[in-house]
Amino acid sequence: MSNAGSIRGGQTRAGWLFVLPTLVVLGLFLAVPVVMALWVSFTDWNGRGSPFASGVGFVGTDNYRELFGEQGGLTRADFMTSLRNNFYYVLLVVPLQTVFALFLALVLNQQMLKAVGFFRTAFYFPSVVSSVAISLVFLFLFSGGGVVNSMLETIGVDGPTWFNDSRGLLHVVGDGLGLWNAADPPSALAGGGLLGLTWWQWLSGPSVALSVIIMLVVWTTTGTFMLMFIAALQDLPVEVEEAARIDGAGRWGVFRNVTLPHLRPTMLLVTTLGLIGTWQVFDQVYVMTQGGPSKTTLTPAFLSYFYAFENQKWGVAAAMAFILFLIIFASATLQRWLFRDKDAIELKRQERRTKKARARAVAGGAA
Amino acid sequence: MTTQKTTTEPTTDEPTTGRRSTGRRSTGRSTKPMIGDRSALLLFLGYAVLVFFSFVYLYPFLVQLTTAFKTNTDAVANPLSLVADPFTTAAFRELAERDFPLWFTNSVVVTLLVTAGRVFLCSLAGYALARIKFRGRSAVFTAILAVMAVPGVILLIPKFLVLRYLGIYDTYPALVLPLLVDAAGVFIMKQFFESIPESIEEAARIDGAGTFRTFWSVVLPMARPALITITILSFQGSWNELPHFIVASQDSDLFTLTKGVATLTSGQLGSGSQYPITMAAALLMTIPVAIVFFVFQKYLVRGGTSGAVKG
Repeated sequence: MSNAGSIRGGQTRAGWLFVLPTLVVLGLFLAVPVVMALWVSFTDWNGRGSPFASGVGFVGTDNYRELFGEQGGLTRADFMTSLRNNFYYVLLVVPLQTVFALFLALVLNQQMLKAVGFFRTAFYFPSVVSSVAISLVFLFLFSGGGVVNSMLETIGVDGPTWFNDSRGLLHVVGDGLGLWNAADPPSALAGGGLLGLTWWQWLSGPSVALSVIIMLVVWTTTGTFMLMFIAALQDLPVEVEEAARIDGAGRWGVFRNVTLPHLRPTMLLVTTLGLIGTWQVFDQVYVMTQGGPSKTTLTPAFLSYFYAFENQKWGVAAAMAFILFLIIFASATLQRWLFRDKDAIELKRQERRTKKARARAVAGGAA
Repeated sequence: MTTQKTTTEPTTDEPTTGRRSTGRRSTGRSTKPMIGDRSALLLFLGYAVLVFFSFVYLYPFLVQLTTAFKTNTDAVANPLSLVADPFTTAAFRELAERDFPLWFTNSVVVTLLVTAGRVFLCSLAGYALARIKFRGRSAVFTAILAVMAVPGVILLIPKFLVLRYLGIYDTYPALVLPLLVDAAGVFIMKQFFESIPESIEEAARIDGAGTFRTFWSVVLPMARPALITITILSFQGSWNELPHFIVASQDSDLFTLTKGVATLTSGQLGSGSQYPITMAAALLMTIPVAIVFFVFQKYLVRGGTSGAVKG
C-alpha cells in the first residue's frame, strides 16, 4: 500500500511538472492580463506609466456608462456604429458561409464525381493563407478600375468604387424600390433614434465597403467549414440514404429527413465557430479600411484597438473589449439554446446519471 | 481539364451507366435505371457548380501571381489579363531593397521558435492530462478548456499591458513567449495520447524507465501523426498571426511579415497604389504556407477539423 502511495506522489509531481510550463504561459499571458485589463476598464489610465500607480484614478463604471449613456457623445456614437456594422456583418457572414459550406460539401460528397480531391483542395486553400495577403489581393480585385469592376463592365454594369462607398445596402435597396429617397431620409426615421444613432442610421444595412469584407470572409472561411460538413457526411452510412430512397423518398425528402438531422451537431459547431469568429473581425479592417469610409467598416474589435493605441483612451477601450466579450458569450449561448435538441439533452442527462452511479459504485468499492 | 470533363462526361458516359450493373458508378447511390437521365443532368450540374466555384477560388490567386510580374501601368490598365506584358521582376527587386528581407527573417525566426515550443509544451501537457494520474488533473484540464473559450481579439489590450508590466514590450521575447502555448494544441495531443494503448508504457515502466523517459523515448515517437498536425497548425498560425505582433512591439526592426506588409497598404513606403509590389509581397508570404499545405495536406485537413478555426 505504501508503495502505491509513493507512486501516486511521484505521479503527482511528474504531472504538475509536465503541465507547469503550459500553465505558466497561459496564466501569465492570458489569465493575469485579463484581470489587469478588467482593472484598467474601471480607471482613467492614459497609457503612461503603470496602470497600478497611485496617480491613476478609479472611475467606477464611468467608462462603461460612456459607451451607453448620454454623456458618451462621440464615443457612444462610434461604439454603436461599430456594433451596428458588426451586427450586419454577422447576420450576413454566418448564414452565407454555412450555406455555401454545406452546399459544396453536399456536391463533393456525390460519389459519381471525379477529381473531388482537386476541388476540395481549391476550396480549402484560402483558409490557410494569411489574412493580410488575402486582404491585399481583394484590395486590388475591388479597386476602382480593378478586376471586379472590369468584369462588371463587360456585362454593362457600372461598378461602385467599393472601398470609398459608404452607402448602406438597405438604404440603396429601399431607394431603388421607391420606399424612400436615400438623399432625403424620411423624418420618421431620421428624427428619432436610440443610443446616439438615428433609426435611419441603425437601418442602413452593411455599407458597400463592408460588403467587400463580407465577401472576402465568406470566401476564405467556407473551405474550413466545408471540410467539417464533409467529415460528418462521410459518417452517414450510404445504406441509410439508400434505404430511405427505396422507401420512396425523393432527393429533397432524403435530404430534409435523413441528411439534415444527421448534420445537426456539425451545424451547431459551424455556426458557433462562425459567430465567435465574426464578432472578432479585426485583421481585414486593419489592413483594408481602418474603419472607413465614414466609419462604416468600424468593428468593436478594431475600435477598441484604435481607442487604446491611437487615442490613448485605455479605460474606454478595455470596457469595449469586455462588452464585446459579453456579446460573444451571449450570442453563442443563445445560439446553443436555439439549437438545443430535446432528445439529445435527455440522452445526455441519462448518460450523466449512469456515469455518476458508476462512479459512486467504484468509489464505494475502493473504500 | 475540368471544363472538358463537364462537357464530355454526361453525354458519352452517363446514359449507359444506369443499365450497367457491375460498373463503378452503379455501386454508388441513386443509379436506378429509371432516373438515369436525371442523374446525368445532376452530374452535369454538379460539375458546373464545381468548375464555377474553382474559378471563384483560384482566379484571385492567379491574378495575384501574374500581377506581381506586371508593371503598375499594365496592372491598372489590364487588371483582367493573366499575362504580364511586359514581364518584369521590378516589384520583387523593389521589395528586396526595402525592409522586406528583415520582415521575412523575423517571421521565420518567430515561427520556428513558436512552433518548436508549441510542439514540445503541448505534447508534455497533453500527455500529462491523458496519462499521468495526478491530483488536480481535472482542474487543470477545466482551466485549459476555459482558456480556449476566451476570444483572442479581447486579449489585445491585456497582452500589451502584461508585456509592458514585465518589461519585455518591444523585444523579441514579447513576439514569441505569449504564443508558445496553444490550448487547442494541448487538447489535440491529449486526445491522441488517449488513443494509444496503455500497455506499451507499462512495459517501459516495468523496465524501470521514469515518467519523462517513458514519455520521451516510448510514447512521443508513436505520436508522429499528431505531432505533425500540431507542427503544421503552429507554423500556419504563427506565420499568419497579425494582432499579437501589432500590440507586442512598435520598433520597425521587430516587424514580422504580416505587420510589415500590412503597412504597405497605408502607403508608409509610398506604395499605396503600387499593385505589383503589394501582390508580390502577398505572393511571397503565401509561398511558405502553400508549400507546407501541399506537402502535409492530409494532416492539416485532419487538424483543421479538430482544432482551431480562423475567423
